[in-house]
Amino acid sequence: MPIIHCQGLGRTYRVADKQPGLAGTLRHFVRRRERLIEAVRQLSFTIEPGEIVGFLGPNGAGKTTTLKMLSGLIHPTSGSLQVAGHQPARRDAAFLRLITLVMGQKQQLIWDLPPLDSLAVNAAVYGIPDAVARRRIEELASMLELGPELRRPVRKLSLGQRMKAELLAALLHEPSLLFLDEPTLGLDVNAQAAVRAFLADYNRRTGATVLLTSHYMGDITALCPRVLLIHGGSLFHDGSLEALSQRLAPWREVRLELADPLPADRFAGFGELEHCEGRSVRLLVERQRLTETVGRLLAECPVLDLEVQEPPLEETIGRLFHAREETA
Amino acid sequence: MRPPARAGAPSTDPAAQQLRRPPALVRRCRAAWRITRALLGSQYALMLEYRAEIVLWALSGLMPLLMYSLWSGAPAGAAAGLSPQQFARYFLAALVVRQFTVVWVVYAFEEDNLLGRLSPLLLQPLPLIWRYVAAHLAEQLTRLPFVAGMALVFVALVPAALPPADPLRLLLALLAMHLGFWISFLIQYAITMLCFWNERASALERLLTIPILFLSGLLAPLDVFPAAVRNLALHTPFPAILYLPAQLASGGPIAAGAVFANGLFWLALLVPLNMLLWKAGIRRYAAMGA
Repeated sequence: MPIIHCQGLGRTYRVADKQPGLAGTLRHFVRRRERLIEAVRQLSFTIEPGEIVGFLGPNGAGKTTTLKMLSGLIHPTSGSLQVAGHQPARRDAAFLRLITLVMGQKQQLIWDLPPLDSLAVNAAVYGIPDAVARRRIEELASMLELGPELRRPVRKLSLGQRMKAELLAALLHEPSLLFLDEPTLGLDVNAQAAVRAFLADYNRRTGATVLLTSHYMGDITALCPRVLLIHGGSLFHDGSLEALSQRLAPWREVRLELADPLPADRFAGFGELEHCEGRSVRLLVERQRLTETVGRLLAECPVLDLEVQEPPLEETIGRLFHAREETA
Repeated sequence: MRPPARAGAPSTDPAAQQLRRPPALVRRCRAAWRITRALLGSQYALMLEYRAEIVLWALSGLMPLLMYSLWSGAPAGAAAGLSPQQFARYFLAALVVRQFTVVWVVYAFEEDNLLGRLSPLLLQPLPLIWRYVAAHLAEQLTRLPFVAGMALVFVALVPAALPPADPLRLLLALLAMHLGFWISFLIQYAITMLCFWNERASALERLLTIPILFLSGLLAPLDVFPAAVRNLALHTPFPAILYLPAQLASGGPIAAGAVFANGLFWLALLVPLNMLLWKAGIRRYAAMGA
């Protein structure tokens, strides 16, 4: 039975529409104009317990709005939503004990106090006995490689240490459903890797369900066997990253190093020529024709070196959204 | 077959465990006490970080002292039947009561709302109001030594201001002062809820400055006002914030029962009003900046 079930979910925001400059300000003061923005529209999907699902999409696609609806922070304007058997917007205590929402740019830790003070409050609020809370803090701190940092004021911690402490605070009550909005935002490569490893381990140990948004494709490829791709508030893809890649980029990039330069028109029948300068050539070749094309290239051209690459997914997704925006 | 329990070892029998568990009410009270302790402890630690700022806030509450210096030579007091000693006692009490009934929840909430700090708190199984109440109580605790110092200076300058030595009345005044804090808090919290409709609800709160100044008894005891104004004031919640507890503490002509009846009446109105506003407002929450 799915732990998240949403059907036709929608959310519309009412925002002020003001022109810049003094005249715009005065007009806005006298006659306030507002417009409706449909942040999420007709979104339907289900998630099974224990899954780690990546939520992809460009800025303003509706990812964060969806997470806010799933966690109960905001009310949907249309559609139906069930999370762990609860209606999130009611925010009843039993539901709140099951979930956590981590927002990379926001914090729940008290800024001027050490994380341990915030953790003590969380332990009391979630009714975790002192001994259990101490044990969990030790375990999570060890997994996150946090030690004396827990006794330093939050404002004195580095971004990475703070994010780890935020994760610890968010997971102290052992939620079975994690909503993570850009949990590695602004972290360096090492800290990103540590957070990813921690999340994978947490999912393995507790069987928690994770829904993750990230602009770092590394987070998605490392953690999410399944991705939901949304654009303009609607679902564009629901499936594996591999399937997404097949769907968005049905070609491979072939790089050639030639023994002697050849004219560009010489590659006309092989695929789409991306680059041809001196002895260096780059072609886009359809997946289905890859083996045959590589064979022909080796037979017909003076090839010194040949490399086949999958185009970076970020680039492909970016290209797709750009194309859709231009046609819209 | 179940193995025999070791002597002295806690039983693992669920039925026995159920029997040993304290009643639900006791468990709830314990949980509430633990949350209260944790919230007050963390907020007190936070307020100590800002102690210099709190001293300045406390000093900004010296208005009753200034008002005393203005009123002590004025004939209006005598006309209202108040002796210089009654004036002195009233303003000393007002100085103390004012320090413990001042609220700032609208500013804290508005900032939390605009900066997106509200969202993580809304996702915890604790009504948001308790965090702000705890912050206010912790701040009052931090103010305590400074207020005691100011009161001592007042008494040193005006020995007649010392209230009558009636422990019961002083205890009742303390309770009335706390009731006044709740009324003041709930009035401002109701305005705070307007943050869900208008991001700058604190601007609306400023509209209350004048009524609080005049009708709460901050500028002068209500007794010196014309009867019509006094009657009007007594039909608002503002006297409960300062005038009534201060009268009780200074030994003024007022019955404790009337003070508490008045306070409870306003509480009975303000609690459901706040609940209604919260319920309506939270539906509009857009989790800005988060």
